[in-house]
Amino acid sequence: MTKDGKQAAMLLDRSDVRVKHESGVSDAVRAFFDRVKSGDLGSLPVVAGLIIIWTVFASLNPIFLSSNNLVNLLFDASTVGVISLGIVCVLMVGEIDLSVGSISGFASALVGTLWVNQGWPIALAIVAAVAVGGLFGCLYALLFNRLGMPSFISTLAGLLAVLGMQLYVLGATGSINLPYGSAIVDFGQLLVMPRPVSYTLAVIPGIVLLVSGLRTITHRRAAHLSAPSVSGIVFRAVVMTTALELVVFYLNQGRGIPWMFGLFVGLVVAMSYALTRTRWGRSMTAVGGNREAARRAGINVRFIYMSAFVLCSMFAAFGGVLSAARLASASQQAGTGDVNLNAIAAAVIGGTSLFGGRGNAYSALLGIIVIQSIANGLTLLDLSSSLRYMITGAVLAIAVIVDSLARRSRVSHGRA
Amino acid sequence: MTDISDETIPSGEPVLSLRGVSKNFGAVSALTDIDLDVHAGEVVALVGDNGAGKSTLVKILAGVHQPSSGTITFSGNTVTLANPSTALDLGIATVFQDLALCENLDVVANIFLGRELSPLKLDETSMEVRAWTLLNELAARIPSVRIPIASLSGGQRQTVAIARSLLLEPKLILLDEPTAALGVAQTAEVLNLIERVRDRGLGVVMISHNMEDVRAVADRIVVLRLGRNNGIFYPDASNHELVGAITGAADNSVSRRARRLQVPVNSNQEGHP
Repeated sequence: MTKDGKQAAMLLDRSDVRVKHESGVSDAVRAFFDRVKSGDLGSLPVVAGLIIIWTVFASLNPIFLSSNNLVNLLFDASTVGVISLGIVCVLMVGEIDLSVGSISGFASALVGTLWVNQGWPIALAIVAAVAVGGLFGCLYALLFNRLGMPSFISTLAGLLAVLGMQLYVLGATGSINLPYGSAIVDFGQLLVMPRPVSYTLAVIPGIVLLVSGLRTITHRRAAHLSAPSVSGIVFRAVVMTTALELVVFYLNQGRGIPWMFGLFVGLVVAMSYALTRTRWGRSMTAVGGNREAARRAGINVRFIYMSAFVLCSMFAAFGGVLSAARLASASQQAGTGDVNLNAIAAAVIGGTSLFGGRGNAYSALLGIIVIQSIANGLTLLDLSSSLRYMITGAVLAIAVIVDSLARRSRVSHGRA
Repeated sequence: MTDISDETIPSGEPVLSLRGVSKNFGAVSALTDIDLDVHAGEVVALVGDNGAGKSTLVKILAGVHQPSSGTITFSGNTVTLANPSTALDLGIATVFQDLALCENLDVVANIFLGRELSPLKLDETSMEVRAWTLLNELAARIPSVRIPIASLSGGQRQTVAIARSLLLEPKLILLDEPTAALGVAQTAEVLNLIERVRDRGLGVVMISHNMEDVRAVADRIVVLRLGRNNGIFYPDASNHELVGAITGAADNSVSRRARRLQVPVNSNQEGHP
């Protein structure tokens, strides 16, 4: 095609008249409904689920929405949330790790033993626990890459084996108490951001959105590509900042924002950048979507699987350390029960597909808030754990059903 | 059977030249003494029946298989295509039949898959501009480069796969069954695309089973039969000649069927030829 004057004047990506492009607000709204109808749900199920859950629990027990309860909720959400972030990594490449609960329990036992019993410095004990967690991921990846062992099976075996190691490390006593007043227990139970810090941090996302958005607009205009409108970016930044400041204000009526939650959000943002803005993240998505295509494109598929499994186990181990800090103990019960399922459910509820190739780091954040809201609300209602398990199980089932249906709809609408 | 002599072969040094290439898989000889020349700006169609060795030949050129004997000359140098990346680095791009696209990624991400610009802070704007430039050079009709491959038609996917293979500025492009499984209009678009790739001065080797497509776009038609060269034809060759060369006999099921269909029309009566 020759680029005559008329062509050059047109935007490079707007020369095809067959495609509808959203320009105004009404178009944006219509495009949103089109996307949802075709099964591209994004974070819609999460938001809808959260509204339903919060309405139900708030009507059953008004304490649920009190700021101090929500602060508690954020403390609890951070530990399993970090584990869930690892699950997002393995789900992205279409694999699974069922042993994250055991690994988190083992890591907390290791920290307890090395720090309390052996007298290691706490930082070294944490690094050691996370490194050992990484070794398990390394092992799963080797079994997967070299022997073709499905991750479902290898991590199921790992679930049991690592739980055994946890019990072995803890020995006869069965639990190690982390001393109250130590930095890590304070971090897990008490430390909240000073008010000014929390208000300042809540402004940052809006500023980043604004600056990066304006830079993108400049670059795209310079390259003769269509660019989003400046007013839209400003609008989004203002809305986001206002919402965040309101949330921070409400939580500051209680104890304030936990530093542990801040750490979790920081990890989520870092992973989100890595997954969307780096070659590694693009390769993860590609391997999850079509492994053979990724291999032929020259991607080191084995390395990608290795990185996914290792990251997952390391996040699991780190989450275990955080939950030890939260509970001020490393016990035989750590990481057992519903930790595994909560971590996986959070990622899936948040919008990361079990089938690979679709997902984002924020799904761990959104999903864990849903899961933790259920757990927290049911605890407030003083329900037995039997009922809690049943309800959490039902929610997970619903999340997977929504994922499957959305996937089927995406395929039939050509959006897979 | 018409084996056309040397004088009608395009002038100039061939970009790719195979001499006496053979390939054995154990006791089976998939290819025996294959000679093949591809010039710049030329579309060579590789035709043959199932098991004739077309795919094996393409895989040798793509660096997937190594020949048992024979020489491959590329751009005047004798080369060894030890693996796919060697072939790619030399300037031989291959579009396999299954296209190998990631349906969950958008067009830009697929074109740049494994070759993204600035790996630690992906340069989406530059990649998008480059993608549009490639697609516009091919006069491709892709609605948007920011939609996942899953929402594109078969012909559009073929276009993306070809655009991707052009990203590294190859000298030769191998297309394995580019029109298989495509509708009439989409086939026409892909054939146009092949012509535009040729007009950019690339050598094109195209495998196809469809004689109409082959005659529509190829400058030369190389017939393989049972792993051997079985003649070189030009697009004006008749279907009868081509099918004869492919199947190895003038009297074969295809020609018998053609005659059987012709007779009732001509003589307006039932009967055997």
